[in-house]
Amino acid sequence: MTERVAIIGVGQTKHDACRADVSVAGLIREAVDRALEGAGLTLAEVDAIVIGKAPDMLEGIVMPELWLADALGAAGKPVFRVHTAGSVGGSTAIVAAQHVAAGVHDVVLTIGFEKQSDGNAMWALSVPLPFGMPVHAGAGGYFAPHVRNYIEQSGAPDYVGSMVAVKDRTNALKNPYAHLHQPDITLENAMESPMLWDPIRFVETCPSSDGACALVLTSEATADRLDVPTAWVHSTAMRSEPTMFAGRNSVSPRAGEMCAADVFAQAGITNPLEEIDVAEIYVPFSWFEPMWLENLGFAPRHEGWRFVEDGVTEMTGTLPVNPSGGVLSSNPIGASGMLRFGEAAMQVMGTAGDHQIDGARKAFGQAYGGGSQFFAMWVVGADKPTT
Amino acid sequence: MSDDVLRLRQPIEVTYTWSAGPGSSGHMQALSEGRLVGKRCPVCEQVYFPPRGGICPRDGVFLGDDVEVGQTGTITTFCIVNVPFLGQEIEIPYVAASIMLDGSDLAVQHLIQGCPADEVHVGMRVTAVWKPAEEWSTTLANITHFAPAGNDEEASDA
Repeated sequence: MTERVAIIGVGQTKHDACRADVSVAGLIREAVDRALEGAGLTLAEVDAIVIGKAPDMLEGIVMPELWLADALGAAGKPVFRVHTAGSVGGSTAIVAAQHVAAGVHDVVLTIGFEKQSDGNAMWALSVPLPFGMPVHAGAGGYFAPHVRNYIEQSGAPDYVGSMVAVKDRTNALKNPYAHLHQPDITLENAMESPMLWDPIRFVETCPSSDGACALVLTSEATADRLDVPTAWVHSTAMRSEPTMFAGRNSVSPRAGEMCAADVFAQAGITNPLEEIDVAEIYVPFSWFEPMWLENLGFAPRHEGWRFVEDGVTEMTGTLPVNPSGGVLSSNPIGASGMLRFGEAAMQVMGTAGDHQIDGARKAFGQAYGGGSQFFAMWVVGADKPTT
Repeated sequence: MSDDVLRLRQPIEVTYTWSAGPGSSGHMQALSEGRLVGKRCPVCEQVYFPPRGGICPRDGVFLGDDVEVGQTGTITTFCIVNVPFLGQEIEIPYVAASIMLDGSDLAVQHLIQGCPADEVHVGMRVTAVWKPAEEWSTTLANITHFAPAGNDEEASDA
């Protein structure tokens, strides 16, 4: 038997290419203070902290959770660090939820962050393996070949990637925290954007951002007592698989399919497309929207791109995807997964502001990381879970 | 305030010794002799080239016998890299491909040259082009690139 888990605070920074006005500690506190404000709590009332970020090479600061202890209000409290590459923000939120669900802690603060301007992510993600051929070129160089396989296998038209970029960047105009605000983007000018990692265009890639996200999770009793906007955790799931193995499906990894099946089953969801009102999924390169729609079971295999073309994933569609603007508009890597989870929570709390989907009662958050090998997902609802 | 130092660039350097171990030693020794050697998993019988540390990622067991794989293979996917970045060793644009060598079950990452980038395609047969033998060491970079083999129709379905 586990306790019900409530999300009663979601905070995030203004994301930007270089937040030179704050240190890592200041960046984190900006998100933490906003999350606590929403929850109506103070740092003193937090029982434990769960923190995640991408590998330490991104900033060149090893084990930053140690020197951040004061900024986190963590002195004398348990701190738990989670490592799952780009999916870490999602995994970290799940670990935090588990601490509450297990009845170990009553109020858990969870944080994901990245200050990419303090380091060089492209370098950190392109370190040549010893005695290999140094062809690897960052995350885009890793994922572009999988995108090529998807396009060839599904028969998707070449403009679908740019359509996703236009949608997410247009959604981001409604999100004051988003890094990129590109009011002038059109499908025509997006299609003229240069190929960085052919078949991925510049406009179809995420930015490199400084930013943080924080969530406050509590037990049911505490959430009921505080009476603030609340999202309820209906289910969580994580899966992983090796980066490379013989016979691997790199376009639709089995770990992702299994994770999605599990998280929907736990939430009692049999038809995700009908039952989920809004989804925040991890799309750092625009083609991953149709790829994940299929992997997650929202769309039939090779049909995800039709959802994009038909407007299903627009804010007015059957399944709005990334109304926040998504990773394509803000990518502080270690925070990006938690932003997906937090934005899903905001939708069912009714606090998403201009990018609120009216009447959202059930929302889905997803993050992936590494070589499409780590997956973290949750379903949150406006109502308490019945199971 | 404008004179305050806000950012300081501080390069860091780490020197380390990498031990190949029994999983990769045979593979690397063979590279220094101009041969391509992987290992077969005793459980799933898949051939791993390169042997990736000598462990089957699916079965979690030590890989078994050394297996020599072909110098020719099939492109399973690729991208054209047009992004400059710190530490880059190859002039852009270049074609980075996944190549399933004949007799291997894991695609290896390498460079494609010898034809215009827009002629590279999935299913294309390519063959290894080696540096002069006197320049060989224990690295896959002994192969400068893979070039079209000119016989796509003979692609093995391995």
